Amino acid sequence: MRLYGTFNGTLVIAGFAILFTLIAPSIFQFFTIITLTQVIGLSILALSLALVWGFGGILCFGQSAFFGIGAYAYSVAAVNIGGSTGSIFIAILAAAVFAAILGYFVFYGKVSDVYLAVITLTVSLILYSLMRRTSGPEYKIGNALLGGFNGTGSAPLNMPGDGSAMLFPMQTFYVSMAILVIAYVFTGWLVTTKFGRVCVSIRENEVRTELLGYDTRLYKLCLFSISAGIAGLGGVLFCVGVTRVTPDVFSLGQSALAIIWVIVGGRMTLIGPILATFVLYFLTSSLGSQQILNANLVLGIILVVFVLLVPNGVVPTIMNWFERRRTKRYERQKERRMKLRKHRAIG
Amino acid sequence: MDLLFSLALQILYGIANLALISLGLAIVFGMMRVINLAHGEFLMLGGYTVVVATNNGVNLWFAMLVLAPLVVGLIGLIVERCLIQWLYGRMIDTLLATWGLSLLFIGIITSIFGASTSTVISPPLGTVTIGEYTSSGYELFLIFVVIILLALVYLTLKFTSLGLVARATMQNSDMSACLGISTSKIYMVTFSLGAAVSGLAGGLLVPITGVLPNIGVIYIAKAFITVISGGSAILAGTTSASVLLGGVNGIMSYITGPTFGEVALLFAAIILLRLMPTGITGRFFRKSQ
Repeated sequence: MRLYGTFNGTLVIAGFAILFTLIAPSIFQFFTIITLTQVIGLSILALSLALVWGFGGILCFGQSAFFGIGAYAYSVAAVNIGGSTGSIFIAILAAAVFAAILGYFVFYGKVSDVYLAVITLTVSLILYSLMRRTSGPEYKIGNALLGGFNGTGSAPLNMPGDGSAMLFPMQTFYVSMAILVIAYVFTGWLVTTKFGRVCVSIRENEVRTELLGYDTRLYKLCLFSISAGIAGLGGVLFCVGVTRVTPDVFSLGQSALAIIWVIVGGRMTLIGPILATFVLYFLTSSLGSQQILNANLVLGIILVVFVLLVPNGVVPTIMNWFERRRTKRYERQKERRMKLRKHRAIG
Repeated sequence: MDLLFSLALQILYGIANLALISLGLAIVFGMMRVINLAHGEFLMLGGYTVVVATNNGVNLWFAMLVLAPLVVGLIGLIVERCLIQWLYGRMIDTLLATWGLSLLFIGIITSIFGASTSTVISPPLGTVTIGEYTSSGYELFLIFVVIILLALVYLTLKFTSLGLVARATMQNSDMSACLGISTSKIYMVTFSLGAAVSGLAGGLLVPITGVLPNIGVIYIAKAFITVISGGSAILAGTTSASVLLGGVNGIMSYITGPTFGEVALLFAAIILLRLMPTGITGRFFRKSQ
């Protein structure tokens, strides 16, 4: 399997995404478009996890912690500032800075993979129980009440520089898709830069990379922080789509979902997790509307089955299949050519 | 004086609680290097065993102390044979598979019992009065149970042939296999014992917390952080980490209220891991079990 994708492929997929954006309003109902904004937020979360886990080899089980911090930071900042444009940047920054502080402790402490997974998950869960307890007038940041279990309202997006010009749901959808495409192209570009390749080499063999003279702790910290920033951006779009943010963004289920999307889509690709998010979201929401099968049950089965049987995920498995077919055809042609040449030589 | 004593008792209970919910996880992690993300659900299943049993007229003590560990130990055995044994040495896949299992258990229990419970079991044993403060007798009983449990684990590891074989497998599984020990069987027994201890813990906590399909979440964050801070030695690790983190949690909860107690616990654990990345027993008490 190829260790990293090519940037051209990223651009082609981005082109398809833009095409999808343009035709979506004419094929989907208005309500679906509103839901899509949430799903786009979630798919950015999956993208950020694919970046940090698939390309950096950093097993971050609590990626939804940064997602939630982004959502809360945006909601709180939007109330205090009164506009969404600056708040988005505050949200990205808040998530990235939080990740940088946490990352300092875990990467510079040389905590092992599995410990890191559990620590990040624990951080997310502790934030969950912390935010659930913040119901009361004494828990507020500036003018924004945190609201405990019920969470706090999130302002819709508005035109840059004009806090009163709210975007309509359709415009919000366009903006969200644009942000998704930008985030996707950015991560696709990032993994082809020198920085990205060093991160991939850390994933493949950390000790060797260190011996080659790279400070792996710093690289991991930077990647962790960048991906947290992207997750925070996803959180912003999600809470804008839902119009409020509750402590559930930090819950175990949310962290599990992000992991499932990445596993199902394929952790070595960037587009796989995004597609998996869209497909599985609509699958689980249609499961949620019937009573026979519990959604958790189905997600659990999906996770176990994929770990045991399709550990690479759907997209890499399909890609490998195509690649194998191509090489097989190529080898067959080569064989035929060799045979022909031999024939001629004899003849 | 009474206040101090009452506070000390409260902190002691916090420590015991932490040790109780972590011990099952610590046994599995210490022996097999497997982090069982379905640990919270084992606790939950122990709780449901007690609820179902008492609803059917079984004595509460029998249900808590015998049935809960038995049922969850059996479930652990099935899980080990069907899932975990295929994933040894693949730590990350084990994490993911047990996570899937955790969701599966939550899903199954929600489908059967619904999202809430019907019974509330009130803590038995009444209250104990210390000067002008009262304390729950059941909490004292739990502290006592945890001490007994730790002693039992210690005695098993130190003085029985199973403990000897288990310690050998823990130190060097390849060497033990060469000496004719079936490590696969040891792992199977360990995992179901760990599950049984988790079931016991879950059962014992029912009168205090009640039980819900997703109650595992409340426990696991604390259990994970305790086990990881403790390091690989089962007893010394769990005990030292519970004392340290439970102490921090108790004192901070007393000063600022319960909201920041857990946050302080997490901070303490993260700073601890920065200083000692392999946990307390990675640095101190290395020769302990």
